[in-house]
Amino acid sequence: MAGTVLVGVDNSDASRRAVEFARDRAKALGVGLVLAHVIPWSPYSFTTPEENERRHQRREEELEAARTQIVDPLVASIGDGVEVIPVIRHGDRAELLVAFAREYDSAHILVGRTGESRMKTKIFGSVPSQLIQIADVPVTVVP
Amino acid sequence: MSAASAAGAPILAQSVDDRIAEVLDPISSFIEGIVFFSISIGDVNLPLIVLWLVAAGAFFTVYLGFLNVRGPGHALDLIRGRYTRPDDAGEVTHFQALATALSGTVGLGNIAGVAVAIAIGGPGATLWMIVAGVLGMSSKMAECTLGVKYRRQRDDGTISGGPMYYLETGIAELTGRVRTGKILAILFAISAIGGSIGAGNMFQANQATAQIIAVTGGADSPFVSLRWVVGVAFAFFVGLVIIGGIKSIARVTEKLVPLMAAIYLIAAAVVIVSNLQLVPAAFGEIFAGAFGLDSATGGIIGALIVGFQRAAFSNEAGIGSAAIAHAPVKTSHPSSEGHVALLEPFFDTIIVCTMTALIIVITGAAADPAASELGGVALTSAAFATVIPWFPNVLAVAVVAFAFSTMLTWSYYGMKATGYIFNDSQTAETVFKVIFCIFVVIGASLALGPVIGISDSMLFLMAIPNVLGLYILARVIKKEILGYRADIADGTIAKVGEEA
Repeated sequence: MAGTVLVGVDNSDASRRAVEFARDRAKALGVGLVLAHVIPWSPYSFTTPEENERRHQRREEELEAARTQIVDPLVASIGDGVEVIPVIRHGDRAELLVAFAREYDSAHILVGRTGESRMKTKIFGSVPSQLIQIADVPVTVVP
Repeated sequence: MSAASAAGAPILAQSVDDRIAEVLDPISSFIEGIVFFSISIGDVNLPLIVLWLVAAGAFFTVYLGFLNVRGPGHALDLIRGRYTRPDDAGEVTHFQALATALSGTVGLGNIAGVAVAIAIGGPGATLWMIVAGVLGMSSKMAECTLGVKYRRQRDDGTISGGPMYYLETGIAELTGRVRTGKILAILFAISAIGGSIGAGNMFQANQATAQIIAVTGGADSPFVSLRWVVGVAFAFFVGLVIIGGIKSIARVTEKLVPLMAAIYLIAAAVVIVSNLQLVPAAFGEIFAGAFGLDSATGGIIGALIVGFQRAAFSNEAGIGSAAIAHAPVKTSHPSSEGHVALLEPFFDTIIVCTMTALIIVITGAAADPAASELGGVALTSAAFATVIPWFPNVLAVAVVAFAFSTMLTWSYYGMKATGYIFNDSQTAETVFKVIFCIFVVIGASLALGPVIGISDSMLFLMAIPNVLGLYILARVIKKEILGYRADIADGTIAKVGEEA
């Protein structure tokens, strides 16, 4: 297999444009398209006992919501002609996208430009800027 | 009292506090008399319940092959997620289960309880606290392994576990004695409700109030005669979270507690480092006291008993509470969580309690003739103040945060116990929550003595059915844990990315 193209998505307009761009790119290269959504989560966050009790159930709900509200509509928008591999997982967004790129042998990572506030970006960095620093393959940010 | 009643308004307030004390003091002494039934060795009383807990720790230490010493390395790997499959992302991690359990144990037991131990048993009590901590690691491992093994997933997907479930299901499955298991489970649940109201609530409210009074002027504090007002304020916020379901407060607390714990440990390190030349002498005092070489305090037995007692109160090993907090973790191997639980008494008793003890000993606060009168959190606070004069204010914030988070965690334990008895009835759980809030006010109003009496008795009562169950289920625990160790040794269970 000649690898894949990976697009990281959320429910933003920029994500939709990134998916279109990624679809064209995958078509041109004749490879599959990995459509990945990461639910922000940390294994080291502090939780209450009630949250722990419900966590398993909540996780199912989060995965279901991500699938029906974000990933499925985007997959449907791609149409025929490209093999799409949808992936949803909990974790750190930039780190997981890089991990997926390795797992699916992606030649290229695409993301939409996120609309985080300047302050938040200054402190934590945006997902695209983190990606650029840690990715092993070219990263394209679609505005 | 006369000083306070000179001012007009406090008379009423003072009498509220007094009346609460009047009603509860005899109840406290009665329960204490039963739970702390003691045998006399020479001129020292040895409460059998303390022996009961220590014996359980010693038994499981030997029975499980000293995993309290050999296990922590593997526990750290588990916490770092080395054995967590990527597909399990989003579930409750080992770290989260441990942190939740710790937020219930790291609290005033570590700050005030240690001071109580040293005030009564002398510096030597510290060593016995550490020994009890090491033994406690084994009982904690045993109970948390069972907590996960026999946890229950309800139809709505929520997961809960704890002694109620392993006593009922475990004993029924192993021995076929359905009634024995059920009776022990009910006894545990009843005492857990008491423990949650006593140690998990009144003791916390009491000591947090004491520290608030200490930093707002001590004997001249406006709150001296208005302790119940502080209690009402506490009860209000506890009620907002547990009855009102205001999650944001709980979330803030969960984040504040680790921060406060870090600040506490850093401050403790500062005090220790600035008195570094006194540390060897402090250890000398601790050892001498522990083996009864100084005749100043109760001698070896006195130091031992009070050390063991406060350690058990602080790390709750053998009490069964932690098994409730550890149960929802995502793992297919119950004993993996048993390993993680080993670290709880390690952090709680061996690290945090020892640091508090060192501070009290090296700053000479323990040698102060007023030490035993000061008692509790006031003694720890005074010890810190000798090096960092403004620290009592920070300590007050930390104490309030610790007390609050411990109350929230224990209200959950109490609620689960209530739920067990009343078939998860919402009404019963709500009634429990209201009672819980009322006892916040009562705990804040009383003097330390009766509060410690009630708190200890109720908490230690939980250990009777729980430890009995641990002995009955010892074979199950051993099979589970040793099987798991064997699987790791031969590579059947391997770190993620290192599978065969």
